[in-house]
Amino acid sequence: MSEPRLAVIGAGPAGLAATLAAAARGVHVTLVDSAAEAGGQFYRQPAPGLGARRPQALHHQWRTWERLRDGLRTHVRAGAVRHLTDHHVWFVERPDTGGFTVHALVGPGQEEAAEVRADAVLLATGGYEKVLPFPGWTLPGVVTAGGAQAMLKGGLVLPGRTAVVAGTGPLLLPVATGLAAAGARVAALVDSADPASFLRRSRALAGRPDKVAEGARYAGQLLRHRVRTLLRHTVVEALGTERLEAVTIAALDRDGRVRPDTRRRLDCDTLAVSHGMLPHTDLADALGCRLDGTDVHVDAEQRTDVPGLWAAGETTGIGGSALSLAEGHIAGRSIAARLAGRTPDPHEWTAAARTREKLRSFFAAVDSGYALPAHRAEQVTDETVVCRCEEVSAGAVREAVRELGAGDLRTVKLLTRAGMGWCQGRVCGPGVAEVAGCAETPGRRPFARPVPLGVLARAGETAGPARAAAPEEPQDDAHRDQ
Amino acid sequence: MNPLELARAEPGPAFTVTLDGREIEALPGQTVAAALWTAGVTSWRSTRGEGRPRGIFCGIGVCFDCLVTVNDRPNQRACLLPLRPGDAIRTQEGTGRHE
Repeated sequence: MSEPRLAVIGAGPAGLAATLAAAARGVHVTLVDSAAEAGGQFYRQPAPGLGARRPQALHHQWRTWERLRDGLRTHVRAGAVRHLTDHHVWFVERPDTGGFTVHALVGPGQEEAAEVRADAVLLATGGYEKVLPFPGWTLPGVVTAGGAQAMLKGGLVLPGRTAVVAGTGPLLLPVATGLAAAGARVAALVDSADPASFLRRSRALAGRPDKVAEGARYAGQLLRHRVRTLLRHTVVEALGTERLEAVTIAALDRDGRVRPDTRRRLDCDTLAVSHGMLPHTDLADALGCRLDGTDVHVDAEQRTDVPGLWAAGETTGIGGSALSLAEGHIAGRSIAARLAGRTPDPHEWTAAARTREKLRSFFAAVDSGYALPAHRAEQVTDETVVCRCEEVSAGAVREAVRELGAGDLRTVKLLTRAGMGWCQGRVCGPGVAEVAGCAETPGRRPFARPVPLGVLARAGETAGPARAAAPEEPQDDAHRDQ
Repeated sequence: MNPLELARAEPGPAFTVTLDGREIEALPGQTVAAALWTAGVTSWRSTRGEGRPRGIFCGIGVCFDCLVTVNDRPNQRACLLPLRPGDAIRTQEGTGRHE
């Protein structure tokens, strides 16, 4: 019998940890990733052409990365792992013949198709930034905090000279210190979190002294770079005509309302903003996996409720790279055992399971500490664009709710086109839900990214090993209005 | 300090691309967006509806705000597409399919 085949989608910490664990136990792994190099967003690497001799200056936990990278290289050299870079997965199919077919578009042009057959699939598709709307957020110069970091890590570039880092969440700390270390002046770190809420959760937070120390290290770096940290503050508006020139910030009262008397202007050409993270669940959703809220539901082995399909890392709930590593490791071991027809013994991964439990409760506490201001939506004026692609205003969304009776995201979408554009509601979903006052539900999308019609037409014509089709004329808005 | 110094980067030789006919320099490996940021450009398209300027927002290929025309192909994500010598970048108006 030939060795069992696993397709891992995503080469970030979770996907890499799973790849190494499964490959070390006799599974042939195809690691499918959209980037030119492994690492995911957390370990995003500078392009090789840039010749970075000290990329670790932009990173945390570099030794962990070296271990993952070296492990991957060893398995690739030994032929146990095939690493497909620049492969953008748009669909995972479960053919009647059994197993899975992973469909990807190849290269930056994303016109060529590739297919990978596998007996099992691990979804390690990570997460992306959540940004809620506010007046001026569409101005050039306003970027997501993670986007600013990605451009810095991958392209070694800064968006401007003077930055404000704002919103809420633990990501703001590495972004502010990263921008400052790379030469930007960080005028302020503005977080709506209330320091008192962290004190109330000190017991859960103290359960991970390493994480608390990490926070203290960031605080030291902020001090060294003279970055002002303003807690219980918010950005009310981004100002400028053709590009960002300044932001208006204000303090929040105990109820989470803006205190108008505290408004002031901060000049800046960059606003790096984040209101938390969202898991990428398109592939899981299209496969029919159960979701818990916005997270892919998994059991103690990281199995989804679709047979043969595992999930690990941010896609099962946002919790950072250490949690992703633990989940990926458990998934890889579980997959190796299951594909060998064996029920795995959880004692095989006791340490990883303990790390997983502690970090999950740590991040639950952190998340509730970083809660958004209760009255944030009041700051979103009727003129504010909430859906960036289709340019739908908050006023139009409110009208759909008030005048036309829309009570959920799908109805708002049908009445206003919010969420029907290029990004398929990935960016505007939470903001539309906030303005409409309805639940934040994951969007149902047939495909994880736009697919040329020719690729779609030929998909599934042949079974068997990876095949590449000839490039053709792009039809890159094939699924726009679905 | 700048990011290249921080990472002690020794890039390969810079090459020339054009933005609306104007020559700008790019470093090997840089995406369209990275080269444009380096050239001080933060906006390179206008929206279909209101003609508002847009550039990078998410930086990782999710939001499609950074769409741009490269070598006559519209709607390329500037944050994902690596540049090659001689590439012609054009700011994109609306759907980029008017011409």
